[in-house]
Amino acid sequence: MKPRHLLIGFIVLLAFAPLVLPTFQITLLNYIGLYALVVLGLVLLTGVGGMTSFGQAAFVGLGSYTSAYLTTTEQLPTWLAWASGSPWLSLLIGILLTTLVALILGALTLRLSGHYLPLGTIAWGISLYYLFGTLEGLGGHTGVSDLPPISLFGLVLDKGEEIYYLIWLVLLCAIFITQNLLNSREGRAIRALKGGQLMAESMGVNTFRSKLVVFLISALFAALSGWLYAHTQRFVNPTPFGLSMAIDYLFMALIGGVGSVWGALIGAGVFTMLKQALQDVLPHLLGSNGQYETIVFGLLIVVLMQKSPGGIWPILMRFVPAQLKRRRLLPEKPATSTELPHRTLPEHGQVILEARDVTRRFGGLVANNNMSLKIHAGEILALIGPNGAGKSTMFNQLSAVDTPTSGEVLFRGESLKGKSSREVAKMGMSRTFQHVKLLPTMTVLENVAIGAHLRGSKGVISSALHLERLEETSLLQEAERQLKRVGLGDYLYEEAGSLALGQQRILEIARALCADPCLLLLDEPAAGLRHKEKQALAELLSKLRGEGMAILLVEHDMDFVMGLVDRIVVMEFGEKIAEGLPEEIQTNPAVLEAYLGGAD
Amino acid sequence: MNFQIAVLLGQDGVTNGAIYALLALSILLVFTVTRILLIPLGEFVTYGALTMAAIQSGEPTALVWLLLALMLIDCALDLRLLVQNGFSAHRARWIGLKLGYAVLMCVLIQTLPLADIPMFAQVLLTLGLLVPLGPIIYRLFFQPIASASSLVLMIVSIAVHVAMVGIGLLLFGPEGARTQPFSDTGFSLGPVMLKSQTLWVILVSVALIVMLFIAFERTLYGKALRATAVNRMGARLMGISPVFAGKATFAMATFIGAMSGILIAPITTLYFDSGFIISLKGFVGAIIGGLVSYPLAAAGAVVVGLIEAFSMFWASSYKEIIVFTLIIPFLLWRSLTSHHVEEDEEE
Repeated sequence: MKPRHLLIGFIVLLAFAPLVLPTFQITLLNYIGLYALVVLGLVLLTGVGGMTSFGQAAFVGLGSYTSAYLTTTEQLPTWLAWASGSPWLSLLIGILLTTLVALILGALTLRLSGHYLPLGTIAWGISLYYLFGTLEGLGGHTGVSDLPPISLFGLVLDKGEEIYYLIWLVLLCAIFITQNLLNSREGRAIRALKGGQLMAESMGVNTFRSKLVVFLISALFAALSGWLYAHTQRFVNPTPFGLSMAIDYLFMALIGGVGSVWGALIGAGVFTMLKQALQDVLPHLLGSNGQYETIVFGLLIVVLMQKSPGGIWPILMRFVPAQLKRRRLLPEKPATSTELPHRTLPEHGQVILEARDVTRRFGGLVANNNMSLKIHAGEILALIGPNGAGKSTMFNQLSAVDTPTSGEVLFRGESLKGKSSREVAKMGMSRTFQHVKLLPTMTVLENVAIGAHLRGSKGVISSALHLERLEETSLLQEAERQLKRVGLGDYLYEEAGSLALGQQRILEIARALCADPCLLLLDEPAAGLRHKEKQALAELLSKLRGEGMAILLVEHDMDFVMGLVDRIVVMEFGEKIAEGLPEEIQTNPAVLEAYLGGAD
Repeated sequence: MNFQIAVLLGQDGVTNGAIYALLALSILLVFTVTRILLIPLGEFVTYGALTMAAIQSGEPTALVWLLLALMLIDCALDLRLLVQNGFSAHRARWIGLKLGYAVLMCVLIQTLPLADIPMFAQVLLTLGLLVPLGPIIYRLFFQPIASASSLVLMIVSIAVHVAMVGIGLLLFGPEGARTQPFSDTGFSLGPVMLKSQTLWVILVSVALIVMLFIAFERTLYGKALRATAVNRMGARLMGISPVFAGKATFAMATFIGAMSGILIAPITTLYFDSGFIISLKGFVGAIIGGLVSYPLAAAGAVVVGLIEAFSMFWASSYKEIIVFTLIIPFLLWRSLTSHHVEEDEEE
């Protein structure tokens, strides 16, 4: 049995449910489907993207009210008259409106640190809720009634059992495209948002765009759910679009598990049934009527966050036999997979990176003072120096993470001033990090494929529909090729977090190589490596040099450096104290003094 | 609008603004020290107001049972620690003190002629019931996940808020309540009548703000809390307990929240679920202050109060919409001035 069979079984059950279940249960299932669609967006936003929104209920309301207004009012302005009466046309307008609002809200809040999105969406949710209740044209607190039913190919869906099929079809499609999206180049960029933004940016990922994409998708799912809701109920009022419903949506996502698309379905199901049961039992128990189920849900979430922050889904998965858990493999190889085009490397000996009198001050501290250096194509340059010499600061200036106070850095003749690490990545500079930055729960292969982000171009829509499989295969094959090249070919499908530290460093090099750079900046690549691994790394770097790559190493391991590099720059107290061939540096008195202390 | 109406609205605005400022400061305080966005702060406000109302009408409020129940859970956990870590006289005495306090509160509430005692005593009693809840809530709900990501902390904060609203309904019922003003006199300033409660609110708020300032700038404990805010690990290495810091800030926030509730109860009718909107307005103030600057947050909160009061006059049904869209220009400004890629949070 495979997961695919389980899925087919589930769909068959769903298809036959209206034939056997009473109307009340079908209504409940309709609600679960509608909620799950909203929660799916939250899973994408919160579980995958690491952001959260309290505006989802308001987006549901936006979808509902747009359709309610357009399909019932008789006084549309002439330029909108074409959209009146038909739920399908009003869906189109609803989508456009939601997109507009989500883009504005996203542009306002997504650049800011974590707390502004939830607070901003709370404010937006409350404002829209009060607006629904205030506007005369929307019926105030009484709402809008007598919405027309949706008709599909001449079939009028005006009964619960009929719209049931549309709701669940939409939900399954949404789950399908969400999974497709996550399993693609764009998806990897989105999954890097949680805990890997700095790394992703330096691999050329526009993290702001990725955030906006996730926020937009979740808003659209919510609006779609609202549209279905409005035409299921055939009546809307402001109540189900308030902040308390937004909190309920979040609770559903957390109960089910924000880490998986199926958690959305489980969460919506469990929450809806539990709420139903509690509303029956609690008033008897407590002797008065009121929304006491909130106490239970509130405490439930507290306990869940303390004991199992992943929700119910991971607990369920524990009972699933291991052979059923599918590993994400390479997509089936299509007949023609093309190798990715390569950058033509600059001619051997050409200056690739040049620092001119770079000075960086932090307040009164001069971390780098008048540093100048050049790196040529086909050369390995090592930057060494005792602790606190300013190597890391220099590394940041060279990789455009930081901007020099004075002086400039030229990469292939272009000044890096004002350039983001993303633009620099595009120009052909690739780097590793002193403290390993990878996404521990993603596979080794996927981690490395992030490096090839800029070498693919297919966007969100083709990813969601999996129309980019050809490009995706090439990207993953490139990642595989680089991993085999650095000697991690046996670990393609392991979780990256399970590798030893040394292997994780090597993984970072594979990721950097995946970007097809002409300059490689390596921050202490040999730290934590065993002797054999160091030899292999040295061989790899020499080979890259032979191919014409320029490499800058910041390194402590002298044996490693001396046997490998062409030239060395030595720093102390933020200044260059020596530069030259390894043999010259080994006998340079200033260097000896810096490392071993003065002779006297 | 004539001058008289303007002064009247201004008065309302400043009164509400002062309360929002107090709440904004507590929000900032708790946020900087513990990384928690204290959304349940509004519930402390309503609990304060509704408890005060219950006491004034002579009812032995059911809140005391909540205090007793939470204190029992708290002490049970303490006892378990005592068994696990070995007996210590200091800890045992502390458990006894806590239990004794809860029982004393029960006895006081059940026996005192609540409606007839002086108002000052009523206020003390209300605070005595509510303030211990803060540290216990921190201990039970937040302390076990103190090092979790700020997203998880915020979710738990929302969950606690939701549960507290439900419990509020259970304890105080669905009816709204108003309390007696602190004093009946008014002051006339030229042609304008100043309500005495307005003066009370402003005076107490300013006094509390000054007190907070002194506590944070001038005392060792305050400096310890600030150190925790700047660098938790560093503070810990210097012997400042993050548990203590968490409990202390929660106690302070509960105190300010409950006090705010007591202050506005004579002016506004509060219901069990009114707290959320009130604390959100505090949040708007805090956002205007960028979640970092205390004076800016206080000023922002006063502006929120004033705008609320004046929009009540011009477009009363759009009041909440105006107040909450107020943060958009500030978000825009902050979004345009911040360029950094978010540092990855350690999980």
